[in-house]
Amino acid sequence: MGEYKSHEYDVLVVGAGGAGLRAAIEASAAGVKVGLVCKSLLGKAHTVMAEGGIAAALANVDDRDNWRVHFADTMRGGQYVNNFRMAELHAKEAPARVNELEKWGAMFDRTPDGKILQRNFGGHRYPRLAHVGDRTGLELIRTLQDHGIHQGMSVHMECTLVGLLKDGDRVVGALGIERDRGRFIVFRAKAIVLATGGIGRAYRITSNSWEYTGDGHAMAYEAGAELLDMEFLQFHPTGMVWPPSVAGILVTEGVRGEGGVLRNNKGERFMFQDIPANYKGQTADNEEEGWRYCQGDKNARRPPELLTRDHVARCIVREIKQGRGSPHGGVFLDISWIKQRIKNGEDHIKKKLPSMYHQFKELAGIDITKEPMEVGPTTHYVMGGVRVDADTQMSRLPGLFACGECAAGINGANRLGGNSLSDLIVFGKRAGEFAAAWSKEHGHGTIRDGEVDEKIKAALAPLDEKSAAGSAEDSPFRIQHDLQVMMQDRVGIVRTGPEMADAITAIEKLKARAAKVPVYGNREYNPGWHTQIDLKNLLICSEAVARSAIERKESRGAHFRDDFPDKSADFAKFNHVTFKAADGTMQVRRETISDMPAELKAIIEEMK
Amino acid sequence: MPKVPFRIWRGAAGGGEFREYATEITEGMVVLDAVHQIQAESANDMAVRWNCKAGKCGSCSAEINGRPRLMCMTRMTDLPPGETVTIQPMKAFPILKDLVTDVSWNYDVKKRIKPFKPRPPDAADGTWRIAQADVDRVQEFRKCIECFLCQDVCHVLRDHHLHDQFIGPRFLVYTAALEMHPLDVEDRLADLKDAHGIGYCNITKCCTKVCPEHITITDNAIIPLKERVADRFFDPIRRLFRFLFGRSA
Ligand SMILES: Cc1cc2nc3c(=O)[nH]c(=O)nc-3n(C[C@H](O)[C@H](O)[C@H](O)COP(=O)(O)OP(=O)(O)OC[C@H]3O[C@@H](n4cnc5c(N)ncnc54)[C@H](O)[C@@H]3O)c2cc1C
Ligand code: SF4
Ligand code: SF4
Ligand code: FES
Repeated sequence: MGEYKSHEYDVLVVGAGGAGLRAAIEASAAGVKVGLVCKSLLGKAHTVMAEGGIAAALANVDDRDNWRVHFADTMRGGQYVNNFRMAELHAKEAPARVNELEKWGAMFDRTPDGKILQRNFGGHRYPRLAHVGDRTGLELIRTLQDHGIHQGMSVHMECTLVGLLKDGDRVVGALGIERDRGRFIVFRAKAIVLATGGIGRAYRITSNSWEYTGDGHAMAYEAGAELLDMEFLQFHPTGMVWPPSVAGILVTEGVRGEGGVLRNNKGERFMFQDIPANYKGQTADNEEEGWRYCQGDKNARRPPELLTRDHVARCIVREIKQGRGSPHGGVFLDISWIKQRIKNGEDHIKKKLPSMYHQFKELAGIDITKEPMEVGPTTHYVMGGVRVDADTQMSRLPGLFACGECAAGINGANRLGGNSLSDLIVFGKRAGEFAAAWSKEHGHGTIRDGEVDEKIKAALAPLDEKSAAGSAEDSPFRIQHDLQVMMQDRVGIVRTGPEMADAITAIEKLKARAAKVPVYGNREYNPGWHTQIDLKNLLICSEAVARSAIERKESRGAHFRDDFPDKSADFAKFNHVTFKAADGTMQVRRETISDMPAELKAIIEEMK
Repeated sequence: MPKVPFRIWRGAAGGGEFREYATEITEGMVVLDAVHQIQAESANDMAVRWNCKAGKCGSCSAEINGRPRLMCMTRMTDLPPGETVTIQPMKAFPILKDLVTDVSWNYDVKKRIKPFKPRPPDAADGTWRIAQADVDRVQEFRKCIECFLCQDVCHVLRDHHLHDQFIGPRFLVYTAALEMHPLDVEDRLADLKDAHGIGYCNITKCCTKVCPEHITITDNAIIPLKERVADRFFDPIRRLFRFLFGRSA
């Protein structure tokens, strides 16, 4: 024990999705020595799955678009608890970041005059999402990966970080495990950028992969950084519901952007029945107008299917609960109907939504050009994350930065589709830039052997017990499954105080099980062991979600309380910050939202 | 529902064996679901890669009943009912453990291919104008999810192990995407001919058959590249000679 390899970098980037890659590219460009670590192979991070597009006010399709409209849309979508400075920077810088991708080889679909084409998406006033069919994430990650590998960074694939190392308050390194042989690595770094993505594995029905266990969230929390807005978890309205084994896999919002409509089992377009007051002015009130919008008519308003995700998800839940759902417990999403409206509708669908066509054909045996899909809400994205400074992306711990889905602020109570991919490249770049600058101004800190040994010992503990019969009594997989069922049930789309209090009790019990669950097998590429390691992080994140959600006694954006169904003006004034108290317990405090500069206020007023 | 029998290769670099498992199959399950179920029920330490479970990331490549496929896109109902399902790791790469192979060679190869180099921007704001038709042409190649199934099945790598001399179909697709990129001005033909060994490909089309993204690897990527190399490096009269008499001159 205590044996490990060492690596030294100026900047260590944790995560090789869009955010991590962009940060690593920027830091490399600044001339510092960069290491990049990821749990999977390069190019397999979540970003690869993104479908619909990247939001940026390029104004290529509608020249009325600009950063001010994008900013106002993002704030409205987030119900005004967003970090307005991040929303501002994001709206301003996204167009340059998207154009830059083209310089590195990305290929987006085009307008007739050869510019980057943009499509409609929920909550965006104008067509704003740059895209490539429905595989935009693949284009983004491949572009960054293929560019990045020539910028001089060192990549450690299939290496899981299990904890941050500190020198006083400062973060000065991290401990990792190489998955293949199970060897430990100590990374010494002057600055660390977390870009580890989300926490969706805490739920049973999810669009997220095994990687999404909130490692960055949990490592930052354990090291003393703060988490922000953890009650805001996005349930995407359209996941697959059938067959059971694929339940949760995402059906891109692009389907609705291209004219797909939602219907209940009576054939009604139920979204027309419930349009929130603050979106009434921008939403079509008849089917004809909605269709014209999808066809690019600038005078038409968008169909209600393109309202924000939180709202659409709740309407779907209502239809299902009130007995108007589809046979397998969802509702119908139909794109095949557009054949009545356009020539070659079938080819059009296959061209615009190729991977959806493929996905339904191969996994569900359904031809979406001919019949409707069945869809229902799926856990998708965490708005909450590491609390960072808007401009530099540094957390409250010196030397620790975070960006992408694992950081919080830009999305407030609900993220608009397409705003994540743009967030990754805008704030990934910023994190890389400021981490590099920080590393130039500071030397390496001191890593204490004792801390490393302790962490190695903790990681090996379950293996040391060596109970060969491990899987017979309890297993990490079983605990993870029980956690997922419990969170889905009690801290899901519709929440109540008492249920969430139960959830806290349940989490304590699961923690106790996780602490003593034996892991079968050796250190080499052992999924049981890694599931056990990830469990600790999932439990921290689940607890943070539940505790923040209990405190928010109102309904706002993605957070809906059956016992407090209305929005409350009081709760608009602060965010929830989760932190580890001196006694080791998890605490939630209120952080007052500072006053918005007059210029930004005026934009919001003007666009109300 | 009765349990379905599986034979899964278990082992490490030093060697291994097939082990028998059985698990219950429910409606709609894919092979990856079955493997995960077996892992959770009775083989907690069985190594397998996956991420998206929707054919988008290219992590879960393996050989199912001898055929290289994505485990997440192979439905149990696509396999012969009642028969044992055999799963083993890709053969063209060294074994790490169980179903996981060491594919790092592929990442090294990519680094050796000259990166994208664009022509100067078309507009004053630093952007380019590209026709949709030009995008469509390379779109096919850019769909690649790097599952490396085509590398696995190509006899030059699988049977002849010429990893040092031949970059394999995946990277011929990658080179084609760059060479046919409307903005790219780099020249990769000399590399293709020499260091990257395009000549080793004898157009068996096995790669095309296994590509889960349905990329027409041989016809659309490799053959046009071969033509470009031939045009550049081989004397036209000799080419004619070869064409007429069917032997290499
Ligand atoms: C199916 C799907 C479709 C989507 N479509 C869209 C869309 O159209 N538009 C949009 O804007 N957004 C979309 N999103 C959301 C968006 O894709 C994600 O929010 C975004 O890709 C997250 O990027 P990231 O860089 O923060 O993290 P990721 O891309 O998830 O990368 C996380 C990285 O961190 C690494 N990592 C994690 N933990 C550790 C650890 N302990 N040690 C080492 N490395 C670690 C992982 O290996 C990985 O490399 C979609 C999401 C899904 C699931
Ligand atoms: S066509 Fe060429 S690259 Fe493809 S499998 Fe055959 S020899 Fe290999
Ligand atoms: S070309 Fe096809 S088979 Fe080969 S790596 Fe790409 S997706 Fe896989
Ligand atoms: S898990 Fe992504 S392709 Fe199979």
